[in-house]
Amino acid sequence: MSFKPDLNWSDVTPKSQFMNRRQLIKGAAGAVALGSIGGAAHARGKYAVEGVDEVNSLSDITNYNNFYEFGTGKEDPARNAHTLTTDPWTVKIDGLVDRPGDYDLADILKRVNIEERIYRFRCVEAWSMVIPWNGFELNQLLNHAGIQSGAKYVAFETLLRPEEMVGQRSRTLDWPYREGLRLDEAMNPLTLMATGLYGEDLPNQNGAPLRLVVPWKYGFKSIKSIVRITLTDTQPDTSWNMTNAREYGFYSNVNPEVDHPRWSQASERKIGGGLFSSRQDTLMMNGYSEYVDSMYAGMDLRANF
Amino acid sequence: MQHVFAPIFNPVNQATRRVPSWAVYALGAVPFIWLVAQLFAGQLGVDPVKAIEHQLGEYGLYFLVGGLAITPARKLLGLNLIKYRRAIGVLAALYITAHLATWLVLDIQLRWGEISADILKRPYITIGMVSFLMILPLAFTSNNLSLRKLGPLKWRNLHKLTYIAVPLAAVHFVMIVKGWQPEPLIWLGVIVALLLLRRIK
Repeated sequence: MSFKPDLNWSDVTPKSQFMNRRQLIKGAAGAVALGSIGGAAHARGKYAVEGVDEVNSLSDITNYNNFYEFGTGKEDPARNAHTLTTDPWTVKIDGLVDRPGDYDLADILKRVNIEERIYRFRCVEAWSMVIPWNGFELNQLLNHAGIQSGAKYVAFETLLRPEEMVGQRSRTLDWPYREGLRLDEAMNPLTLMATGLYGEDLPNQNGAPLRLVVPWKYGFKSIKSIVRITLTDTQPDTSWNMTNAREYGFYSNVNPEVDHPRWSQASERKIGGGLFSSRQDTLMMNGYSEYVDSMYAGMDLRANF
Repeated sequence: MQHVFAPIFNPVNQATRRVPSWAVYALGAVPFIWLVAQLFAGQLGVDPVKAIEHQLGEYGLYFLVGGLAITPARKLLGLNLIKYRRAIGVLAALYITAHLATWLVLDIQLRWGEISADILKRPYITIGMVSFLMILPLAFTSNNLSLRKLGPLKWRNLHKLTYIAVPLAAVHFVMIVKGWQPEPLIWLGVIVALLLLRRIK
């Protein structure tokens, strides 16, 4: 089923306004009343979608990141990721493909169809955002490389370059960061390789220059700054699962009925509303059931969490 | 008895005669005011709720540790700040109550089903709640009337709950962060050390 957007560019706050918004909050000392501290006043109304689906500002999206390669704090990537060189960028595609090799990102981008996708983004830590990505469907790249018949999974790897990625100098995780999808998940039209945000190049802290976005899975599946894609016939190792298999499953589909041992997954707090960010019920498959449920027909989602 | 550190701390001890305990409350309000100022200045980042929740909890822990340090400081250093201990303890309880209220109201937003599930199923929340429930009666009996009504022996025994509640608060902090991060572990170490120092006669 091809993807039909439930969030549109008309839902996106115009740039002038999201720039403004931060200024407003920054300048709030004394001058602005509690309403704008709450942040709830910003850009509601015209740009709001069913209240909860308001698109986050560029400032929210670029200053609140889990990207442990640049530190474990949410604001560390914004502070530290400027050291990353993203041009030139090569992606190695290997394993069960007809045309393995080192692909220059610029060449890849000539062959794919870049589009705008506004997706809900749900972190396993029970917070969420709505993000306007630019990118292409992963299936375009995989088809270009030529999928061999034995391929069942796709493995991804983030760049390993500790001299530019300060977090990789400590062993927070077993670097490089690794993620994986089942082949049908990778080929799903929802699965995006993002190259931009708000119509501009992806900021480093968001996984420049090329990252995965799998909107029905918890955010840690959406691996950033990808340098290697391998098609395999066995389920690949994935970083958080290697760290703590009980807490992070291979599938990690957004599912309000399956709790994480540390967090209830029943609801989430939408980031960006300031002090009064509203908590909302988490949607099954993050609201993308109609596009993805068929892939999991007959599977026990509790066992395959 | 003349303590070895007397030359250093005797002047301090004398000065405390002129500084009333309400001054500690005034000083103790500073972190709260600082937090509110940061909020209004937009300095608490993209998610101010988590920032407030975390900061209030940390301030509460600082005061808990401060309260626990009073007796060892007197015994080992000859520094006598006992007249401020009640204020320090009450401030700890206030910050911890505000920390809990932030979680309930701004974070989990009074979703009682999820709140009770979290308290029962998530060990770090369970431990935090147990610590809070121990601190609560201590705050309520931190006044002369309660001391008279309970009698000094009962009152003192009740207040020995701090020896359990404070380390539990630090364990709550250790468990809440991802992985083994140094800061909460250091606080737990300090608390254990302060408890062991009380054993020295």
